[in-house]
Amino acid sequence: MIPLPEPKPDILARRDEIVAALRAIVPGSALGGGLGEGVISEPLRLKPYETDGLSAYRQPPLAVVLPTSTEQVAAILRYCHRNGIRVVPRGAGTSLSGGALPLADAVVIGLMRMNRILEIDYDDRLAVVEAGVTNLGITKAVEGDGFFYAPDPSSQLACMIGGNVMMNSGGAHCLKYGVTANNLLGVKLVTIEGEVIGIGGSHLDAAGYDWLGLITGSEGQLGIVTEVTVRLLHAAEGARAMLVAFKANEIAGQAVDAIIASGIIPVALEFMDRPAIHACEAFAHAGYPLEAEAMLIIEVEGCAAEQDARLGEIRAICERFDPISVRVAQTAEESLAIWKGRKGAFGAVGRISPDYLCMDGTIPTSTLPEVLRRMGEMSDRYGLKVANIFHAGDGNLHPLIMFDANDPESFRRAEEFGADILKLCVEVGGCLTGEHGVGVEKRDLMGVQFAPHELDQQRRIKSAFDPQWLLNPAKVFPLDGLPEAALARAPARAAARAA
Amino acid sequence: MTDGLLSPATESELAGILRRATAGGEPLAIEGNGTKRALLRPVQAARTLTVRHLTGITLYRPQELILSARAGTPLPEIEAALAEKGQYLIAEPPDTTALFEAEAAETRPATIGGVVACNLSGPRRISAGAMRDHVMGVRLVNGQGEVVHSGGRVLKNVTGLDLCKLLTGSYGTLGVLTEVTLKVLPAPPDSATVAVSVRDLAAGVRVLSAGLGSPFGPSGAALLPGGAPELGLQGPTALLRLEDFSDSVRYRAESLAARLGREGDVTLLEAARSVPLWRAVRDAAPLGALPEEAIWRVSVRPSAAPGVAASLSRAFDAKLLLDWGGGLLWIAGPAEAATHAAVMAAARAAGGTWTLFRGPDGLRASSEVLPPEPAPLAAISARVKAALDPRGVLNPGRMHAGL
Ligand SMILES: Cc1cc2nc3c(=O)[nH]c(=O)nc-3n(C[C@H](O)[C@H](O)[C@H](O)COP(=O)(O)OP(=O)(O)OC[C@H]3O[C@@H](n4cnc5c(N)ncnc54)[C@H](O)[C@@H]3O)c2cc1C
Repeated sequence: MIPLPEPKPDILARRDEIVAALRAIVPGSALGGGLGEGVISEPLRLKPYETDGLSAYRQPPLAVVLPTSTEQVAAILRYCHRNGIRVVPRGAGTSLSGGALPLADAVVIGLMRMNRILEIDYDDRLAVVEAGVTNLGITKAVEGDGFFYAPDPSSQLACMIGGNVMMNSGGAHCLKYGVTANNLLGVKLVTIEGEVIGIGGSHLDAAGYDWLGLITGSEGQLGIVTEVTVRLLHAAEGARAMLVAFKANEIAGQAVDAIIASGIIPVALEFMDRPAIHACEAFAHAGYPLEAEAMLIIEVEGCAAEQDARLGEIRAICERFDPISVRVAQTAEESLAIWKGRKGAFGAVGRISPDYLCMDGTIPTSTLPEVLRRMGEMSDRYGLKVANIFHAGDGNLHPLIMFDANDPESFRRAEEFGADILKLCVEVGGCLTGEHGVGVEKRDLMGVQFAPHELDQQRRIKSAFDPQWLLNPAKVFPLDGLPEAALARAPARAAARAA
Repeated sequence: MTDGLLSPATESELAGILRRATAGGEPLAIEGNGTKRALLRPVQAARTLTVRHLTGITLYRPQELILSARAGTPLPEIEAALAEKGQYLIAEPPDTTALFEAEAAETRPATIGGVVACNLSGPRRISAGAMRDHVMGVRLVNGQGEVVHSGGRVLKNVTGLDLCKLLTGSYGTLGVLTEVTLKVLPAPPDSATVAVSVRDLAAGVRVLSAGLGSPFGPSGAALLPGGAPELGLQGPTALLRLEDFSDSVRYRAESLAARLGREGDVTLLEAARSVPLWRAVRDAAPLGALPEEAIWRVSVRPSAAPGVAASLSRAFDAKLLLDWGGGLLWIAGPAEAATHAAVMAAARAAGGTWTLFRGPDGLRASSEVLPPEPAPLAAISARVKAALDPRGVLNPGRMHAGL
């Protein structure tokens, strides 16, 4: 288990007073309970907030506060700042890296009640939404008019735009449309001092430093985002998928190279290895080729004739690589059927093994066969199964490591196996995380990718925004080497327990 | 200036220079080949540090869509290497040689480091992103002479704070870039332009919005107030560019033309005429700025552009070129404090931002060439600057006076 810092005993001791102060800022509604409530402090009702998508880690917070406006967020942060109280921002809590994991002495600031769409403008192709609007909620609001918000993480039904901004989330279609950072125009940021700053706006590329770029993907380290201006795109006339099965990972990798070399950039190019194919097929009955070692799902866009042309060219390329089977969807329904297994991949693996760790490294695409081979060896060594889903166009690899949560030894091995995989990603020229963020999960691996002085450089920038290190502590940066202010103050152990 | 020129041959030599500069509190102007020396404010430094001898493509993997080069590598060298594999720089950075001709002491090509440091993006920004969207990795030397890397050589990376984006567009004030890694893409084999003659700028922006809000994915959306007479396009003309495989380009151009036909006369320009036209738009040639005129870039939401244009025309004899669906206004006019004030006021009123892109030293030194940041952000800004360049030796005064 990855260690969390000692709670500040003085803060724990002041819990009731803090809860009362927060209640004064965000009063409960007459409805009582549920989402009407401004502050949650009863232990039982804190339960839903004690973890996120990395559910092996659990820690109830001091309290949860659910503001409904930017002004309330600013008031909460001003109060917490003045009193040296740590805060953990939270959207939907789907982070897979423990980014939204509470701390015992921290106030969780949940943005889910800030869920209004403030503006939609098709002429300027933008929408202004509050941080708690779900990713899919944006697309749902505009798809009737032919528009969409491009980044589409698999969690899009639940995850919120504020969380997407902070994780710089991607999706299956980011090969063509980019990740969150490429689809933003502006945010409203509340600093730890409670100042509200407009970053960017409704125009492209604000002059001056690219604060928007720095804030995107900063995992709640620099401030709290309450409003986001996103770019809207008009949807293509249509899209269609094909499925190609291969005899070996290497061969599938070569086919991917050949497709890119031909100048075609599909909107999606997804790779699944044998264990992933089997898991998904057992779950979704999508008709996946069980005899295959590797499989690609490739999607193109355009009018029917353009789809035919591109799919035809891709088919011709794949046929040079002795595929086991090629299945080109003829209709939208057939496309959906091809995607069905892939979209249900997490659920599918969950069926085989209720507990799994979803890893997220990026590798140079050419190293895929080597990485899969070495991962196979690790899998044997650790005695744990792994299934791989890979965004083949951009090198983002998602190994799903299956373990048994009832067996602490199995979890320990799974974590070690995961760390080894990420180290391997860095070794072959890639990185620790492509889209899920560092969070708690990869915090102590940061030294694999960055030299100590490089981490210090990043920490100094964090300090420029948050000098006392109150924003989402214990995430992203290894605990050793934190500046003095962040550690304030190592409490006597006994005192911590007593509180 | 050459006697004060520091031109290290290696990154570590460069780091040593910066360590000494910081130790001695000696400010340095940071350059590649100095082609954009006249952009933003004049730097207050006796000596200049150039990365022009840090050259060469260090990694190019066409199949992985990734290219790394040392910061001083000339842009044409990179473009040639990409073209050989049928690829290109996605952000289509403008060639500013012509714009800065008068100021340039010698003619050397722009370096990739300079293009990244200025976050220069061309027409394709609207569909494919800005320069900063494609910077996947950087190596930089900070003010203290530490070599720091951020990002990497893969296309998706969220490990740690994104210094690639922070450094892109920081004009050499936060660190000296020594190497950049860019995402690149296959260059589409064909292109064409749908040109629509329009009554005025407002009608033109509406046409561009209709094109960008269609399923046909234009990769350029510009508006020439005076048309392009050499192509037979008279008066205000909206341009929508398509880039793709030939069958798609043909189909999409015809579909757009059919859709936009009722807005005005439509002319279809095939690749042979379309490519040079967009190169001209990219380099702001149709702006027709005279050598003595100042040039601004103003970024607003597209629907606000006609209003900005109208208020500028009332204030002075403004020359205009609109790109990015109307959201980017290139403006030329008399290089005077009053015109600069008019540009600032118009940009502000529209909720957008401005850049004084070119102007005489006096105007640049006495102006807010970029919008000042609101106080709480300016405070953060100063702390971030100090986190990277504690003694303020890197390009002092380049973006804002006193910073
Ligand atoms: C089944 C499943 C599938 C997934 N698929 C994908 C995928 O395809 N691609 C992908 O990229 N990710 C994926 N994820 C990961 C996750 O959904 C994303 O990281 C998502 O962006 C998190 O959004 P959230 O609202 O749940 O944020 P949370 O988990 O609540 O928070 C994420 C981080 O952002 C901070 N934060 C949240 N809101 C704010 C705010 N308003 N201001 C400041 N900081 C804030 C939190 O402190 C935390 O550090 C998946 C997760 C699951 C469970």
